[in-house]
Amino acid sequence: MQVYLDNASTTKMSRAAIEAMLPFYDEIYGNPSSLHRMGQRAKEFLDKARETVAGCLGASPGEIIFTSGGSEADNQAIISAARYGARKGKKHIITTAFEHHAVLHTVGKLEKEGYDVTYLPVGKTGTVSAQQVSDAIRDDTCLVTVMTANNEIGSVLPVKEIGAVCRERHVPFHTDAVQAVGHIPVNVAEMNIDMLSLSAHKFHGPKGVGVLYAKKGVPLSNIIEGGAQEKGKRAGTENLAGIAGLAAALSEACAGLAGNMERISRLRDKLIAGLGSIPHSVLNGDRVNRLPGNVHFCFEGIEGESLLLLLDEYGVEASSGSACTSGSLDPSHVLLAIGHPHEIAHGSLRLTLSEYTTEEEIDYALQAVPKVVERLRGFSPVWRDKVNGIKPFIL
Amino acid sequence: MALYSEKVMDHFKNPRNVGIIEDANGVGEVGNAKCGDIMKIYLKVENDIIADVKFETFGCGSAIASSSMATELIKGKPLSQALELTNKAVAEALDGLPAYKMHCSVLAEEAIKKAVQDYYIRAGIPYDEEKFRNIDCCSECEH
Ligand SMILES: Cc1ncc(COP(=O)(O)O)c(C=O)c1O
Repeated sequence: MQVYLDNASTTKMSRAAIEAMLPFYDEIYGNPSSLHRMGQRAKEFLDKARETVAGCLGASPGEIIFTSGGSEADNQAIISAARYGARKGKKHIITTAFEHHAVLHTVGKLEKEGYDVTYLPVGKTGTVSAQQVSDAIRDDTCLVTVMTANNEIGSVLPVKEIGAVCRERHVPFHTDAVQAVGHIPVNVAEMNIDMLSLSAHKFHGPKGVGVLYAKKGVPLSNIIEGGAQEKGKRAGTENLAGIAGLAAALSEACAGLAGNMERISRLRDKLIAGLGSIPHSVLNGDRVNRLPGNVHFCFEGIEGESLLLLLDEYGVEASSGSACTSGSLDPSHVLLAIGHPHEIAHGSLRLTLSEYTTEEEIDYALQAVPKVVERLRGFSPVWRDKVNGIKPFIL
Repeated sequence: MALYSEKVMDHFKNPRNVGIIEDANGVGEVGNAKCGDIMKIYLKVENDIIADVKFETFGCGSAIASSSMATELIKGKPLSQALELTNKAVAEALDGLPAYKMHCSVLAEEAIKKAVQDYYIRAGIPYDEEKFRNIDCCSECEH
């Protein structure tokens, strides 16, 4: 049995998204900037896609900028606010310790340029409060960027409340909603969001296309210079097929949101309950404020890469924040940020579901994971020392 | 191309000589849990020959495969030969390791040296300390 449980990495495209893309590879190949009919036909589809996306987010079409994905949207949102802030003498940025690298490396670059960055601690469950944000805001704060939901441990943050604080204090607020859009309700107006990033391939759309939402009046700087596409804020002939696929996938995800959330959460909870019975394990992230499709555990005494490779042998495709899977020596910054020692962070497993995940697949994973954990613990010297009382259990 | 060679995957999935030796007369452990790699080698030495060898490993796929291959390479061999085993030989026997995983083969070499040293100490056999000087000091993970 082949069980794909790595939907936070990327998803299988939906039929609707594929169908929406195909015409742009043969019939509708025009450049939306061209004045002739073929170009204008393409332009109509582009406008329609923009309206669809805006409708799903509670935005206006003029506030939607298509990008090459979530990373680009994050980069542009942060750089824009930083450059604008600098012009007003404001060079302080607030973020969290467990953002995606698209955010962390961008603010890190600004830090090297002389910006001051506050990394809010995220506590054991992986969240920050509006109060924490409020306390960190200074007169020279030019941006607050806090993710809507974490890509590893699946915690959902109080973005609406954080946005309200930022509004009140007149500080621009960006949220990386790449893991949230299409999975939980996200409405930029209701949630007091000034800028938001999303990425199509996380909700059954194509890879390499995303959106930066920027509220009317929020100043943007270009990351990509060139032609006047996207109101001059993002040059390059539009990826029409990708944009059409994004719009189709998003409208499908939004239409099915409530039903999917209920069904996927139920499977998630079954998986959490089952894996939670493995001794010396811990569920990471917030139990309640959690993405419907995220299950994330640490298992003591084993290492994540070997866990993934053995699971793959069983046909279960998952991911881990272990150092060995990333090619770096340190385990995931997210797991360290929630306070795990390195040893525990190395033994992590992320299983992420989608609307295509079936109950049989969850039952199968529930058989496979404990077997693999037990097998690896069976020849782990760390585990033996703990069982024999030579070293203490941490979990 | 897959991350690991077929040999690595074979030794990872079906590790040879896995487990412990209750009456081992030489044991070596290297690495640390913080770095995500610990390797422990158990030796049963008889008449200067490695009559039996077993290992336990906490670590990634290449660490487990390196331990397995290293034990195969020294089983039944005289101690002098075991001491000559290099990490390169382990990696080559596995048809190569990704560059950033080479330290796994280093751990295997070190674990064996440490187990042999432990045997010499327990048996009261004098040995050349020079040969064991670098064990456990070249782990790439520094925290
Ligand atoms: C939270 C988060 N932000 C940003 C990204 C980057 O998105 P993309 O792959 O579209 O560049 C991802 C996904 O990899 C993500 O999970």
